[in-house]
Amino acid sequence: MNTQALAGRSPMAFRQIGQRLLRQTWERLQTLPTDAAKSLPKLIAPLLGLCVFLLLWQLLAARVETSLGNFPGPTEVYEQASNLWAEHKAEMERADAFYARQEARNEALLARNPNADVRIRDYTGKPTFIDQIGTSLITVATGFLIGSAIAIPLGILIGLSPTMYAAMNPIIQLLRPVSPLAWLPLVTIVVAATYQSADPLFAKSFLVSAICVLLCSLWPTLVNTAVGASSVSSDLVNVSRVLRLSKLTHIVKIVLPSSVPMIFAGLRLSLGVAWMVLIASEMLAQNPGLGKFVWDEFQNGSSQSLGRIMVAVVVIGMIGFLLDRGMLALQRAVSWDKTAILR
Amino acid sequence: MNSKIGHLELSHIGMDFPTPNGPFCALENVDLHVAKGEFISLIGHSGCGKSTVLNIVAGLYKATRGGVIVDGREVDSPGPERAVVFQNHSLLPWLTVYQNVELAVKRVFRGKKNKAQIREWVEQNLEMVQLTHARDKRPNEISGGMKQRVGIARALAMQPQILLMDEPFGALDALTRASLQDSLMQIQAQLGNTVLMVTHDVDEAVLLSDRVVMMSVGPRAGIAKVMPVDLERPRHRLELAESPAYHHARAEILHFLHDGHGAASAPAQAPDEPADDEPAVVDVSATVAKDAAPPPAAASAAHVEEPRSRIFRMRPKKVANG
Repeated sequence: MNTQALAGRSPMAFRQIGQRLLRQTWERLQTLPTDAAKSLPKLIAPLLGLCVFLLLWQLLAARVETSLGNFPGPTEVYEQASNLWAEHKAEMERADAFYARQEARNEALLARNPNADVRIRDYTGKPTFIDQIGTSLITVATGFLIGSAIAIPLGILIGLSPTMYAAMNPIIQLLRPVSPLAWLPLVTIVVAATYQSADPLFAKSFLVSAICVLLCSLWPTLVNTAVGASSVSSDLVNVSRVLRLSKLTHIVKIVLPSSVPMIFAGLRLSLGVAWMVLIASEMLAQNPGLGKFVWDEFQNGSSQSLGRIMVAVVVIGMIGFLLDRGMLALQRAVSWDKTAILR
Repeated sequence: MNSKIGHLELSHIGMDFPTPNGPFCALENVDLHVAKGEFISLIGHSGCGKSTVLNIVAGLYKATRGGVIVDGREVDSPGPERAVVFQNHSLLPWLTVYQNVELAVKRVFRGKKNKAQIREWVEQNLEMVQLTHARDKRPNEISGGMKQRVGIARALAMQPQILLMDEPFGALDALTRASLQDSLMQIQAQLGNTVLMVTHDVDEAVLLSDRVVMMSVGPRAGIAKVMPVDLERPRHRLELAESPAYHHARAEILHFLHDGHGAASAPAQAPDEPADDEPAVVDVSATVAKDAAPPPAAASAAHVEEPRSRIFRMRPKKVANG
């Protein structure tokens, strides 16, 4: 409705239009709260839960007195998180300055003598909290990926052959509940004995942690894949038999797609286990990740230590959650059954 | 009888299923000769072993006694020359309609057709069952009738000598069933496959078949009666509705199912067995049925033994035409 059209009308018409607008607005206002009211509990419930948790944490933490001061509440954790971030940025600046100095020096050297032997050295400052998160992620990914690369083919083999299942099942059941802490001394000694090199590609602590992660996170994927491969619908197996599909085609075209939901259920469990095992392994193997951070702060014992450990706890939880969500997204992407409810 | 070797021969087939109480004899002495291009329906009460017979011919089950001979050679394992249309379509849910058919075509014609020919052949078969429009849909996106049509296209695309169908239209509504029956008749007239179909539906059996094989009720089920269907092809369901021969054939099967073996053993049979080949379920009734059921069943089986072979020998000409 433009102004020219309005100009030609009588006051009566204006009043009618005004009334109509008022009525429409009123009706819209009435529908609005009901819509919001419907979605409100969904939005409010998690927020409310979080608020109550933070409040209780803050109140209860203040009552727990330790040799290192009060147990950290949310405010201290926030403070320490900012500190850790500031430390990281400061360290980054130092590193940048170091590389800038090195480059300037090298350029000056080259300008004087084009054949000069120029060396580029890495910055050797201490790893920050952010670096440690990166190390942890790389370590867990290494252990988990290698573990899955073993578990999925082996699981399919076990699932397809009852003999293999009978042979492997006792071993799986025996090794599955073993704690990473039990593996760690053995792995440490074996890695120390077998991995000897003047210029090692991987640090020993990294290998020890990754192998521990592998040993502990293998099992859920293995067991679930075996169950998935052994429970392929007999109708589909019959289709494969009528077509006389080769063993390999049978596995690739029938068994593998059919087991995808179970494989992913296993992978998600495995990733959760891997992330939990990692922290313990890093503590003992001194792999410079989140586990070592927690351990070092524990040994450090300053008034800030508990707060910093608590930051690590929150970060570990959030990364674990994100890893699981990532796995779920991957599962949704590769799942052929788009109607299945995955959560 | 052995002087003339049929295209497909079921020779004295017996089938025992192991149960905790010892072997359960589901089938005994099933003997059937089928000519090339013939359409045979297996009909009988639930649990009589129709599907078991079909699975034995397919090679999915191994007969305890006797064997299946195709073109003079015994078969004991599944193969694409005996394609199966499964009761519940059995499509791979992660493949599209096209890919489901393609999987079979690639397997059967590997080395014989090039890529373009394989694509053309898959498309041709999809067109035959009128599914070209749904070629890129997955099984869970299409209706039950369409899924069954994909199953039929997949089986036909393998160019099987023998097409085995296990209640192919059982789970469909009447309209879809009718249209699929019509297209099946057309396709079979076109390609001349030998067809062995398990069905519960009397009208379907009469409409489609050259011969209807009626099976006695288990345990020790066997062929009780074989009825030729003397109706001109092509058959049209509306014209048949007024044909006395059609009604006669229909009545004969109904009588068989109601009076003959159904009535004799129905009280002893477990009520409503869910599947045709569940030995464990049948076994519950087996001990009860042992006293009541077998004597009449066995007696009548022996009784119709002679007419059955006579019918077969009397009809070779008709069979060749069909």
